[in-house]
Amino acid sequence: MAKSVINISRLSKIYKSDSLELKALDDISLNINQGEFVAIMGPSGSGKSTLMHILGALDLPTGGTYLLNGQNVGLLSDDQLADIRNKEIGFVFQAYNLLARTSAIENVILPLDYAGVPEPEQYERALAMLKKVGLADRLSHPPNKLSGGQQQRVAIARALVMNPSIILADEPTGNIASAQAEEIMAIFEQLNDDGHTIVMITHEPDIAEHAQRIIHLLDGKIVKDGNGHKRRIINGKAKE
Amino acid sequence: MKITKLIKSGIKNLAINKMRTGLAVLGIVIGIGSVIALVSLGESSKKAVQSSIQSIGSNLLTVLPGFTFSGNVRGAMGGAQTLTNEDAEAIKTSSRITTVKSVSPEYSGRAQIIAGRNNTNTQVVGVEPVYAQVRKISLEKGSFLTSQHLTSMAKVAVLGPGVAEDLFGEGVDPVGQTIRINGKNFLVIGLTKSKGGMGMDNQDDRIIVPLTTAQKQLFGVKYLSSIALEAKSEAVMTQAQNEVGYLLLSRHKLTAVEDADFRIMSQEDILQAASAVTGTFTTLLTGIAAISLLVGGIGIMNIMLMSVTERTREIGLRKALGAKKKTIVYQFLTESIILTFTGGLIGIVLGIGGYYLYARANNAVFSLSFSSVFLAFFVSAGIGVLFGWYPARKAASLQPIEALRYE
Ligand SMILES: Nc1ncnc2c1ncn2[C@@H]1O[C@H](COP(=O)(O)OP(=O)(O)O)[C@@H](O)[C@H]1O
Ligand SMILES: [Mg+2]
Repeated sequence: MAKSVINISRLSKIYKSDSLELKALDDISLNINQGEFVAIMGPSGSGKSTLMHILGALDLPTGGTYLLNGQNVGLLSDDQLADIRNKEIGFVFQAYNLLARTSAIENVILPLDYAGVPEPEQYERALAMLKKVGLADRLSHPPNKLSGGQQQRVAIARALVMNPSIILADEPTGNIASAQAEEIMAIFEQLNDDGHTIVMITHEPDIAEHAQRIIHLLDGKIVKDGNGHKRRIINGKAKE
Repeated sequence: MKITKLIKSGIKNLAINKMRTGLAVLGIVIGIGSVIALVSLGESSKKAVQSSIQSIGSNLLTVLPGFTFSGNVRGAMGGAQTLTNEDAEAIKTSSRITTVKSVSPEYSGRAQIIAGRNNTNTQVVGVEPVYAQVRKISLEKGSFLTSQHLTSMAKVAVLGPGVAEDLFGEGVDPVGQTIRINGKNFLVIGLTKSKGGMGMDNQDDRIIVPLTTAQKQLFGVKYLSSIALEAKSEAVMTQAQNEVGYLLLSRHKLTAVEDADFRIMSQEDILQAASAVTGTFTTLLTGIAAISLLVGGIGIMNIMLMSVTERTREIGLRKALGAKKKTIVYQFLTESIILTFTGGLIGIVLGIGGYYLYARANNAVFSLSFSSVFLAFFVSAGIGVLFGWYPARKAASLQPIEALRYE
């Protein structure tokens, strides 16, 4: 029996502004098991980012429950949520969200620092992760001296450096050239092969095909939940 | 988290945005520096007023002739002739007087002074040698009057520095020169040190001569214009005032205190008279200090709040990466403390430095008011820390995504 890592039931998120109520997520239920590689697709404004922020414990739903590794996230304290964000989830933002005027390696060190990792080890682990994403020669560059693809890779290195079991990525290839996008997908496939659960938002069918499962959102509802084929054909046997 | 680590990373974070840090420090420097400079300047002017009053002597009582009554006509105050040399003598010798140390009978009047081609009109005071002690006069050059001068009615004079300058020019030693007072030649035997003083009572513009010479040769009078008394201590001032008062009443054959034809003034009375001035002054100073503190505080507050947008997003990001609320609050608290204390110390140094230079350039009293330094520092530092900490705490309470979206 596969272990459930993400389980949401009847989840909703309503944004209120003055008179308007906007249902960004409308009564969604969804289960994701350990080791899955899921792509979330859907038109702009369909609620993909909103869902991802809730999955990443960066925001709270207005209704429904979210079980992360069996724990009810709605019942956790602020500090416990911080620990989950730090250790269990690696989040790659759509807009990178790197700390300005701060070098690539210092950005990658941030989660290690909050985890209380001793200083020399912080540096070694951040360095190893930046090497893995191919940025060993850009360690001391601040974000404004890096290209979009490079910034995205720093953001990925930062999301991976705590070796989280779940990786959430909001359009990780949205702003970069397709050659670089393939490199990033290669990293994600490698991580998935290593046992990490990956949930990724994308609007490009090509990119979505790297996942085993593709979920379509529309107006805050899941309208389709099915298999992606390419990766299933290549890797389906190796995984169970 | 360990303090040293907090401070280290605080400095690191502050160094990341040098422009913002520099502006914040500058704001605090100006806030604290200006308060200290302003308040100290005010304090030193206040001290100058006080010390010029106190330089006359704090154990000093002055007996002045009072109103004379002839029928219903009231004589001019101070112009009365009710104090005599015998009154002074009685105060010196009476067994009823136990608290008076020295008695200085004085007669002063205005006279025309000529020295060579120079010509001035000033106050000439006839005194006894004890005057120097009672009125705390010290000499710059030469010597003071002696009792021989008094008994021989010598025509000798001790000049105040103001008169000396008027008559002989700046920096010229007048001792040994001859001056003419109301047409009579006097030998200058001494020059007093500058005491300052204000307006009509400027002690530097006086000429001191023997009392006998003044009364008989210069002004032809038999009465005194004042008797200065030195009490044995500040504690017995009131007693001395009473003893002398009753002695003079009985000598003048008066019974009721209200009928007294003289007045005895202490320095406290004079200070009280000046208190209308000093009172306004103190209020003014307090106002200036309060306004500068307010202005400095608002400046500091603005600068701390200015960076809040950018920093709210930073806080959201840090929380998204696993920072706990407490960690964020400590980080921002440490940064604000480092900022305000650095700025505060520079501000103190510059404020005191500026005030010192001003005092030196203007020959003003340099007297640092530590309470104002402390007040300025802690109020400004308090505001800086509060407005560094409070928005950070607020931002750290938001959901990470809300903080990241903050505009
Ligand atoms: N903070 C917010 N306040 C109000 N409305 C929001 C907020 N964030 C998102 N929305 C709205 O919720 C809907 C879903 O947004 P989002 O999840 O960002 O969509 P997607 O990522 O699929 O483009 C959109 O209509 C968007 O305008
Ligand atoms: Mg989105």
